[in-house]
Amino acid sequence: MTDDIRPGAGSATGAPTTGSTTGSPTTGAPTTGGSPTGGSTTDLDGAAYVERARIDTTRASDGTRLRVNALGVDEPLATRTAAALAGGVVPRRRGWWYVTESFVVQMRRYGGTLLVGAIGSPLLYLLGLGLGLAAVIDATVADGANGPVDYVTFVAPALLVTAGVSVTQEEFTYTVMGGFKWHKTFFAINASPVSPRQLLGGMVLAVTFRILLVTGVYYLAIVLFGAVDRPLLGALTVLTGALAALAFGLPLLAYSASLTEDKGQFALVQRFIFMPLFLFSGTFYPLTTLPVYLQWIGWISPVWHGAELGRVLSYGAPTPGRLVVVHVGVLVALAVVGGTIAGRTFTRRLR
Amino acid sequence: MPQTSPEPVIRARGLTKTYGAFTAVDAIDFDVAPGESFGLLGPNGAGKSTTMRMISAVSRRTAGELSVLGLDPETHGPEIRSQLGVVPQEDNLDTELTARDNLVLYGRYFGLSRAVCRERAEELLAFAQLQDKAGAKADDLSGGMKRRLTIARGLMNTPQIFMLDEPTTGLDPQARHVLWDRLFRLKEQGTTLVITTHYMDEAEQLCDRLIVVDKGSIMAEGSPAELIRRYSSREVLEVRFGSDRNAAAAEEVAAIGRLAERVEVLPDRLLVYTPDGEGALERVVERGLRPTTSLVRRSSLEDVFLRLTGRSLVD
Ligand SMILES: Nc1ncnc2c1ncn2[C@@H]1O[C@H](COP(=O)(O)OP(=O)(O)O)[C@@H](O)[C@H]1O
Ligand SMILES: [Mg+2]
Repeated sequence: MTDDIRPGAGSATGAPTTGSTTGSPTTGAPTTGGSPTGGSTTDLDGAAYVERARIDTTRASDGTRLRVNALGVDEPLATRTAAALAGGVVPRRRGWWYVTESFVVQMRRYGGTLLVGAIGSPLLYLLGLGLGLAAVIDATVADGANGPVDYVTFVAPALLVTAGVSVTQEEFTYTVMGGFKWHKTFFAINASPVSPRQLLGGMVLAVTFRILLVTGVYYLAIVLFGAVDRPLLGALTVLTGALAALAFGLPLLAYSASLTEDKGQFALVQRFIFMPLFLFSGTFYPLTTLPVYLQWIGWISPVWHGAELGRVLSYGAPTPGRLVVVHVGVLVALAVVGGTIAGRTFTRRLR
Repeated sequence: MPQTSPEPVIRARGLTKTYGAFTAVDAIDFDVAPGESFGLLGPNGAGKSTTMRMISAVSRRTAGELSVLGLDPETHGPEIRSQLGVVPQEDNLDTELTARDNLVLYGRYFGLSRAVCRERAEELLAFAQLQDKAGAKADDLSGGMKRRLTIARGLMNTPQIFMLDEPTTGLDPQARHVLWDRLFRLKEQGTTLVITTHYMDEAEQLCDRLIVVDKGSIMAEGSPAELIRRYSSREVLEVRFGSDRNAAAAEEVAAIGRLAERVEVLPDRLLVYTPDGEGALERVVERGLRPTTSLVRRSSLEDVFLRLTGRSLVD
């Protein structure tokens, strides 16, 4: 631990960059409160931090020392105001990123389990379908750019989307309930300069990383399985799969954030929303195979739109360009609407 | 100390919070001076936490004026929160993380660099006497340790104002004294403290000045000593007659002229407010009353609260 910390000590530049420690009332006018590090938005580094703090001059009986705020009792209010204005600059711009960081640290702790869980079950499907079902199916289910494609090639893009969606079924449900209710960790973050929307954004970004990891690893698996005709172009399904996962996940997140009590709703969502979307979304056969009166399910299902995009990329399914735009449009719209409602709900609960 | 009284770091005028038709905080006025240790004393449901949340810029006021460090929480929430340390009524540590990570990750939210957060975390683990537990999961800490960790977390950003909502509720006496000691040290160094409590001893120990709140309103304001002087007698004689004789005895005691400034009748005992407790007891006994137990003590904030509201602080 560093002893004897004085403003400027140990700082090469030593130039005071905030109005917070100069003690001059004139620098304290609220309008002049600038960035704590001279206009850049880097985190407060050691020197800037030391300027915000001063060492406890008394040494406690147990020998511990503690830095306390640099502003003594006699500082004018204007100086305090300036310190606050300076202290808000970095968090206002980067608060969301700190939330992402903290979520990533959490996820890393059980990273192995996450990965195995998220790709395990789709992989089982793949094995079962590829080795079993595909062997007995003679009919052509779909055509690619170069004629009929294998059954597994047809199914793989849909399973990739499912793998991404399964991440959101955990992170945008129980994690949200934990933050608002069980552990109340969202309220802890809320007491920091981070805003409710930054909290939401940072969390969504962290979960997006996790989704990308899953769709990425999953993509490698299906390539190795020989279930992708065009591996280079098909790599984009890592992104479209993540988009589809968010199109499902963000509306789910908006719903989870509105719950104040866990009465098993998440299990119901899994059974009565996700499963139908999965089973009637042209995952295992083309949507057109279904009776017309059931096809609407596919049209509202992020799983179907995501899978269809994946099929275009992975084996060149002959989808008209107009329809590709519709697929992307529906996915983006679902994600944006879900995210917007979630933002409002977060703000309502945290203010 | 400066000659003129310094501008307050917190200033509330007509501060009000309603939830639907219910008024949780009802047009309260108060100032908190820099370096002061300011208390909100009141029973459960008085509106203390609601007031704390409005000051901390996490709950929007319904009406009135509020200025924290010269800024309006409505428009400058992040700026105000960057200078505040907050210890909420309920611990909200990340139970899956270690004690150290709870501190380091929290410091990041204030824009502090990782290196600073790590250094600061070590310093605060020592301050909170948790060095040995640095690597333990927060979940595995005892109640007192969790509370100290929450306090340490609130200090990561070297706050100008430290807000503590019932810091020692649920702790054993030993743990409370460790906490009080830590808070004294902060106060000595000039950190402004805002503390809510429903423990009168805590208010007497920690607060330079306090407001007594009940049902969203301020009943009285002053230093603990002032409040006791203004609203209570120097001493209190507590006498018990057993619950069946209590009411009858109360009338007789009250009838003893000039015995007391005031007599409070509680279900299980009588409180006789008087400058001279022993003398009062003698006269009670002279009248032929035989209390089963008696006790003479100094007046406390509990008596102030009873006088002001007719109710006890802790039920
Ligand atoms: N979010 C809320 N919605 C509705 N009522 C609330 C809410 N928060 C607090 N209250 C009510 O406001 C009153 C004051 O609560 P609080 O500030 O927590 O009191 P204290 O901290 O003094 O115990 C209580 O009656 C409580 O039920
Ligand atoms: Mg409370």
